[in-house]
Amino acid sequence: MRGARSGLSGLWPPVVFGIGFVAAWEWFVVARDVSPFVLPKPSAIFEQVRLSHDRILEAALSTGTNALVGLALGLVAGVGAALLASRVRSLDDALTPLAAAVAAIPIVALTPIFNTMFSSTSTVPRRLVVLIAVFFPVFVNTLKGLRQIEPVHAELMHSYAAGPWTTMRVVRLPAALPFFFTGLRIAASAAVIAAVVSEYFGGLQEGLGPAITSAAAASAYPRAWAIVTAAIALGLAFYLAALLAERVAMPWRRESA
Amino acid sequence: MSDAPPAVALTAVAKRFGTGDGATLALTGIDLTVAAGEFVSLIGPSGCGKSTLLRVVADLVEPTDGTALVNGKSARRARLDQDYGIAFQQAGLLEWRTVLANVELPLALHGAGRDERRRRALELLELVGLSDFAGHRPSQLSGGMQQRVAIARALARRPALLLMDEPFGALDEMTRERMQTELLRICSETSAAVVFVTHSIPEAVYLSQRVVVMSPRPGRITHLIDVTLGHRDEDVRESGRFFAAITEVREALRGRSAVAQEATS
Repeated sequence: MRGARSGLSGLWPPVVFGIGFVAAWEWFVVARDVSPFVLPKPSAIFEQVRLSHDRILEAALSTGTNALVGLALGLVAGVGAALLASRVRSLDDALTPLAAAVAAIPIVALTPIFNTMFSSTSTVPRRLVVLIAVFFPVFVNTLKGLRQIEPVHAELMHSYAAGPWTTMRVVRLPAALPFFFTGLRIAASAAVIAAVVSEYFGGLQEGLGPAITSAAAASAYPRAWAIVTAAIALGLAFYLAALLAERVAMPWRRESA
Repeated sequence: MSDAPPAVALTAVAKRFGTGDGATLALTGIDLTVAAGEFVSLIGPSGCGKSTLLRVVADLVEPTDGTALVNGKSARRARLDQDYGIAFQQAGLLEWRTVLANVELPLALHGAGRDERRRRALELLELVGLSDFAGHRPSQLSGGMQQRVAIARALARRPALLLMDEPFGALDEMTRERMQTELLRICSETSAAVVFVTHSIPEAVYLSQRVVVMSPRPGRITHLIDVTLGHRDEDVRESGRFFAAITEVREALRGRSAVAQEATS
């Protein structure tokens, strides 16, 4: 991580590759005369993005809000549980298997159940699904970070006659930050995926998921792809926001040359 | 100096790790007194318990037997009262804190005011020659500089006793010799007693007024060697007295191993 790509210079290779990939795609569809329902041209997809950007934006906003709220709740739950588990042995024994069980829950199976638990006009089921998807990576990574303390730091704090909570505040929490952010990066992408997937199982008709379904049902394939593009952009936005938060929160990782 | 209680007084200290057949006797029958302001080195092969002995003094390890007094109090009381400063082989700086904030840490934990803390930390950084690096992060510093920060941090609360566990062990030879001279200068300015663990004979001789030679299985003290070199400077390293003292310590270390070999063969 140290001495990694600085600033924007690391941005060029993927951008160049991306442009090349889209150009090759366009060329392939035109040259082989591929039908739009199999694979539309990128230019047709971007045309749809331009034409229906209001609707797409509205759908993305709805999905994004669910993802964001679920992510925030999942972070609070994951970090809170990790803090408790790292301090209280018996809670650790109880929570860690439970967290593994939560991770094994197929969220796809859970969504219809949540939908019947809450009213069909509620956004709660979707946000709960996101929360569950977010909880595990955050909990596991943060707990790992909180648990490990360098022996030299442990001896130092002991020599200072510092209590467990002081050690937590001064050493364990800051040392766990890189681990927490690893969890956050995974969770940020997972939150968007979970939010979109949860929209496929009834309930409200807003969001990117239903928009893709209805576009595909109307044989508007380029529009369906345009919405998929929006979903990808939303996931990327979440991921980049997580990266940005990481850099802001840990300036010492940047300054070291 | 005669009025002050000894910086360290160990009586019949023993430390056993584990129980039953798997137990190892890390230390046995350790009697050692370090006078106030005295510089004492502990030297011996790996496994002789020198680091464990230092940790008994620091109350990081509890002795199985015997008593350990620091400044006339129990080692535990002395730790709670912050009577000693400690430095390890790893500098152990907190990477997210600036150099200044690292030195301030022991002061902050024991309720010193912000201004007082800052003043003292800057004073210490000047003492170790790092005034220009107060705002840097530890990762921007070389190993020797990090170790100097660790020494400044150990001195923060003006301890009467400085405990050092191979603090220069990870440094290259040139840096190491410079740091030794630096340490002696710092000690003469603070008049703290020092217990210094090392496995380097020249380092022990150069720094100490007394060298404690230890031997493993079970860890015990075999020789106490007084070193009389007078004022230390770089010329001392090439003097006959220096080499004579090195030879004496080496003989002491070897003497034990010769006996051990006879016993096993």
